[in-house]
Amino acid sequence: MGDVPGLARALEAVRAAAPDTLDVTIDGSLDIGPSWLLRGLVADLRGAGRRVELVGREARHREFLDEIAARDVGSLPAPARASVGERFLEFGSTVRRRVAGWYEALVFGGRLLESAGRAWRSAKRLRVPSVVRHMHETGVQAIPVVAVIALLISVISAYIGAQQLRPFGAEIYTVDLVAIGVLRELGVLLTAIMVAGRTGSAYAAELGVMKLNDEVDALEAMGMNPYEVLVLPRVVALVLVMPLLTVVADFMGLAGGALLTSYLVDLPWSQFVMRLDSAISDTTFWAGLVKAPVFGLLIALTGTLRGLQVRESSRELGRLTTVAVVQSIFLVIFADALFAVFFLEIDF
Amino acid sequence: MGAAQPLIVVRDVVNRFGTQVVHDGVSFEVMPGEVFGIVGGSGSGKSVLLRTMLGLRRPDAGTVEIEGREITALDDRELREVKRRYGVTFQHGALFTSLTVAENVTLPVAEVLDLDEASLGRLLELRLRMVGLPLEAAAKYPAQLSGGMVKRVALARALALDPGILFLDEPTAGLDPIAASAFDELVLYLRDTLHLTVVMVTHDLDTLARTCDRVAVLVDRKVIVDTLEGIVANEHPWIRHYFHGSRGRGALRTAQEDGHGA
Repeated sequence: MGDVPGLARALEAVRAAAPDTLDVTIDGSLDIGPSWLLRGLVADLRGAGRRVELVGREARHREFLDEIAARDVGSLPAPARASVGERFLEFGSTVRRRVAGWYEALVFGGRLLESAGRAWRSAKRLRVPSVVRHMHETGVQAIPVVAVIALLISVISAYIGAQQLRPFGAEIYTVDLVAIGVLRELGVLLTAIMVAGRTGSAYAAELGVMKLNDEVDALEAMGMNPYEVLVLPRVVALVLVMPLLTVVADFMGLAGGALLTSYLVDLPWSQFVMRLDSAISDTTFWAGLVKAPVFGLLIALTGTLRGLQVRESSRELGRLTTVAVVQSIFLVIFADALFAVFFLEIDF
Repeated sequence: MGAAQPLIVVRDVVNRFGTQVVHDGVSFEVMPGEVFGIVGGSGSGKSVLLRTMLGLRRPDAGTVEIEGREITALDDRELREVKRRYGVTFQHGALFTSLTVAENVTLPVAEVLDLDEASLGRLLELRLRMVGLPLEAAAKYPAQLSGGMVKRVALARALALDPGILFLDEPTAGLDPIAASAFDELVLYLRDTLHLTVVMVTHDLDTLARTCDRVAVLVDRKVIVDTLEGIVANEHPWIRHYFHGSRGRGALRTAQEDGHGA
């Protein structure tokens, strides 16, 4: 009975013969696949006006086949093909969802500002223990990975820079390249991307699971404001932690640059420091650092907003966590571009 | 209870999601000291009704009053005050999974009152004893608890602020019959000792028969409220099916033999 396609071919021959009786003696049990094929045959023949009589050893098999052949099972509905009108409606509802999404983000921002305002006035509203915990998780625990990434990237850029500058005898400018690159852009940007991957996703997933588990509703039903308890400490923590991580990244980046130039260009450390001094201006370090809290804010807002948008299914949780990471990285790079233009304009 | 003022008044509540109308003019009153059951088929909007009564959802029309205050018209701050007058347990417990049992139970208290560690500890001990939990459970995380213990912790948390009203969403769902009936007894015991008013959404006919003084049945987007005998005698086809199916008859018979409920 295992050979369903074989049986189907055999039954085609029976169908062509169109007999008046059908022997359904089966050794063993009647499985669902074969019985469905038999049912189709019997129903078709009977539908064509033939009185097909089932004979065979086992009465229960005959009765079962008779029973299912007599039932009008219909067929699964074919997937509907969208007409022009329906497509139009679909387009409309997509637009509406998008607008609702923006509205939700606006409400989110408003309620967060409200809790931030209250926290500003009374320190109890700013949950310090919670902020400290999140600073530890998003900051202290991120130091190793941020440090290593910054070191590696500056080594790579110093290596490539030294190679390109050597033909012109301008290897010494490798120091300028690394210093300005790391301090202005790479340090803060790479830190932001790492933090978006680590913390943005963690924020979205944590809040999303709390949402799915009714924990957010429970908070609200206990008269607590989820924005104050859950969102604000996370946002504050990340805004405070991002500049600190950026300083770590800057330091490690410069160390990586110094390391590579001392090997590759034979530049001693003291020379590196001197060259560094003339390469960077007063503002170079700050031009990188001022961006850090802004990036932190963008990542934290995106993560928490997407987390709170999770509804009903674990699939939503996965989707919105992904959205949180992708969007926060996008926003960070976009903001970085705006900063670059702005700094150029004000000659910072 | 004739002279008493109703504690909760739900008046002409309409809830809809898009074009789907869940409630179309639902009205009832809950009296002080009673255990009020809400039943209905899956998708009849029991949880939506509960969320509306809790002020977590604004109805599309109609009003909800708790202790004479119209919660559907209050702003966030006033609503928060009303919320401290009631306790809620959610269907799956909704314990904060990142906090221990002790932290879960004391969280609402620590939020409102400025208490030292020792008083919080005493309060925790009292609440745990009240709901019949061993004190060793205090240091555990929700994931380490059995289903019945999760429900009890949720109840302890709901009782943390000495509420006057207790809302229970499916309190006995997923419990074995022994644990469920122990939970029923616990609810009655707490009602009598703490003078609570209890509103519970339930599918469990045994719980309904054992604990509820009056029952609201959600059918056809409306509500039918009566004592259990009245509901059982109702001729509505869904209600007949619900209470006179094989499960319903068994539960009601047991309740009658106990000399309680129906």
